Amino acid sequence: MSVLELRALSKSFGGVHAVRDVSFAIGKGEFLAMIGPNGAGKSTCFNMINGQLKPDSGEILCDGRNIAGLAPRDIWRLGVGRTFQVAATFGSMTVIENVQMALISHGREIYRLWRPAASHHRARALELLAHVGMEAAADRPSRELAYGDVKRVELAIALANDPKLLLMDEPTAGMGTSERHGLIELVKRLVVERGISVLFTEHSMDVVFAFADRIIVLARGQLIADGDAATIRDNPQVREVYFGTGKTFAGASA
Amino acid sequence: MTLNAFLFQVLNGLSSASGLFLIAAGLSLIFGVTRIVNLAHGSLYMLGTYIAYTFATKIGGVTGFWGGIVATALIVGALGAAIEFVLLRRIYRAPELFQLLATFALVLVINDFALWLWGPTDLLGPRAPGFRGAVEILGRRLPSYDLFLIVIGPLVLLALHLTLTRTRFGRLIRAATQDREMVGALGVNQAVLFTSVFALGAALAGLGGALQIAREPANLATDLIALGDAFVVVVVGGMGSIPGAYLAAVIIAEVKALCVGIGTVDFGFVTINFSKFTLVAEFLVMAIVLIARPYGLLGKAQGAVRSIAEPEEPLRPATPLLKAFGVAVLAVLVCLPLLAQSSPYVLVLGIDVLIAVIFATSLHFIMGPGGMHSFGHAAYFGLGAYGAALLVKWLAWPMGAALVAAPVLAVAGALLFGWFAVRLSGVYLAMLTLAFAQIVWAAVFQWEGFTGGSNGVIGVWPPPPFDKSWVYFLLTLALAVAAVLLLRRFLFAPFGYAMRAGRDSPLRAEAIGIDVKRVHWLGFAIAGLVCGVAGGLFAFAKGSISPETIHINRSIDGLVMVLLGGVQTLTGPIAGASVFALLQDTVMRQTEYWRALMGAIILLLVLTFPQGIVGAFASLWRRMGGRT
Repeated sequence: MSVLELRALSKSFGGVHAVRDVSFAIGKGEFLAMIGPNGAGKSTCFNMINGQLKPDSGEILCDGRNIAGLAPRDIWRLGVGRTFQVAATFGSMTVIENVQMALISHGREIYRLWRPAASHHRARALELLAHVGMEAAADRPSRELAYGDVKRVELAIALANDPKLLLMDEPTAGMGTSERHGLIELVKRLVVERGISVLFTEHSMDVVFAFADRIIVLARGQLIADGDAATIRDNPQVREVYFGTGKTFAGASA
Repeated sequence: MTLNAFLFQVLNGLSSASGLFLIAAGLSLIFGVTRIVNLAHGSLYMLGTYIAYTFATKIGGVTGFWGGIVATALIVGALGAAIEFVLLRRIYRAPELFQLLATFALVLVINDFALWLWGPTDLLGPRAPGFRGAVEILGRRLPSYDLFLIVIGPLVLLALHLTLTRTRFGRLIRAATQDREMVGALGVNQAVLFTSVFALGAALAGLGGALQIAREPANLATDLIALGDAFVVVVVGGMGSIPGAYLAAVIIAEVKALCVGIGTVDFGFVTINFSKFTLVAEFLVMAIVLIARPYGLLGKAQGAVRSIAEPEEPLRPATPLLKAFGVAVLAVLVCLPLLAQSSPYVLVLGIDVLIAVIFATSLHFIMGPGGMHSFGHAAYFGLGAYGAALLVKWLAWPMGAALVAAPVLAVAGALLFGWFAVRLSGVYLAMLTLAFAQIVWAAVFQWEGFTGGSNGVIGVWPPPPFDKSWVYFLLTLALAVAAVLLLRRFLFAPFGYAMRAGRDSPLRAEAIGIDVKRVHWLGFAIAGLVCGVAGGLFAFAKGSISPETIHINRSIDGLVMVLLGGVQTLTGPIAGASVFALLQDTVMRQTEYWRALMGAIILLLVLTFPQGIVGAFASLWRRMGGRT
């Protein structure tokens, strides 16, 4: 059964059809990559799923419930975590406080006025940091971290509400090759261990073709291909949108 | 009101609209290009009235009047260029809060300069040569100078429009308004552009002021009044939009003229004198527009403000040293009545300081951790103070009940105003909070029958035993300590963290389930509640309350206190409020020119000491710790 299902989702800005009639589903524990050239509608699609944008028409079903048009915080409460293209943490807090904040929110404790926040869920927060290999930096201010480490902390934050689905918008943007593989391996391991489904957009094809269980391709707002790495690689339409006609796709698998 | 009378009022409104437009257009241009809200714009307008008066009376005649108006615009323009060159150029990259404070410091300095040069009395200029008569329109006589003013507004609008659309200078202004960085990247000399835009804006303000001398006297209070009007016009019209400024100027001027025209209306159950509500009406228009169209009638949403505030350290619980210091200070304060037996003034001073501490700490609560730079915290102080005083005056409530009611009234106001305010951010939030505070002030000032108008409420003395200053001091101390500790506790609790989370990254906060607006709204209410306590205490400490004590100056005082202590520290507002209140009660009482002194302090603070007292100590401490 699918964790998330998009049915005929559409959105236009003025006269531009950013997303047109897109339908696909993510199965439980699936690691699904969404690719496509710039302007294909990936971010628009993403922002509709996470609640930043309201679709013009179509449905987004999360466990059978239509979540289209809900606020981001309500979608999060349904078990959909997310990371940002440009990592966002709370700069005035320590690493562990960032994770504790998410745990406090998950426990619906944000309106508490008395017991210090630092005493809430510390053990659980350390555990989550250990999963992403950041427990040693727990008490450092999060704004001092290297960018790759911020991405890991963001992942720990995203895991705080035991999500069944994780949305990752270009999770490796701005990272070097080895860092990039390290992070994606970590995510992949979590997917396998915890049965979390992941939908991610990505521009580095090495990451996509090496790790994704399945790939969907958007072009000019429409879904043009859906399948495993080999299928996508051999799809003539995909080759066309990426390279124009008459070129080979050999370089991308390197 | 007959149709003729109505149309006549409309004409009256149009002639005031021109003056409003001239000052607002300059403010809007400057904001569009430099992203600085020039609080000193009203002061430039006021200087315009004084300088033009001097020309018109010293030289006289046609040359003195009309030549003087042109010369005034040029002089004020040059002054604007000088201000930009000497001061603003240093703070373009500072957080906007500092820019607002720096330009407010100029308001204080310029006001005292005018007081020194032209004296405190109103100066009425001569009538305009060539426009002394009146024309008969709709059966009434309209001064021909008013007709001239009606024409001049659209003329300036046309001239500005042509400049902006047809010249290279105008194209640069429009480009910079859209994307300042990009204009810089394209190799445009920004320094020259900024200076000239500031000069142009200042010249418009000077011209606006100069044109008024044939209608209204030059007066030292016009700076803040003109500023308030210009704000409303610019915010209603949309920051950076010149046609928007004219549209808004017409709307505001018409609403005010119609309020005056309608006069007293008997609704049967209640009689309302609308001419008393011009100030309230103007700010109500602004509040309504901001709610319906947050960026004004013709304005566009701004791009993210790329300020580079100092990154903030994580909150740490108090060290044993700080705790010991706190206990020691508290012990001294508790013993103060004993130590001060010979000079009772010390206790009065102590009460002032403690009230300032409550006021500043509550402001810091939303300003620092909440990131909401309220320019209208005086509203909640005023609601508390007036609430308590009026309950004593009209219902003869005892002090205890009145002191409980004060924060209740303040929190009611904060819940109402805060609901709107948290929907905006940055400069717009500052403007809206300012507008709400002005509504409270205007209501108090103009509703004479209930609030005593400009005379205020007197005879609000505390009953025995609190009539002895040492008892009242201890009461104030107890409430101040409770307020400070409680707010600190809240900041360390999940709620305070959620508030900071919403400030640090609203996107991320929403993505982990935090309702940022609601959290900030409740934070706003808590701050209002505590501020109301300060207001109530103030009314009983002074035995009276007047509109002056809840004017915009008090809101600014609060900001200065917080910045003086350091906005990024929790103990900062306490230190800042203490130092500020002591300075105000001692040094500033010594001189007639306390405004200029205050302005100088603010400028010094902004330019050299942006972390504040406690912040500077803390970084000094860290640096020494790092060395040893």
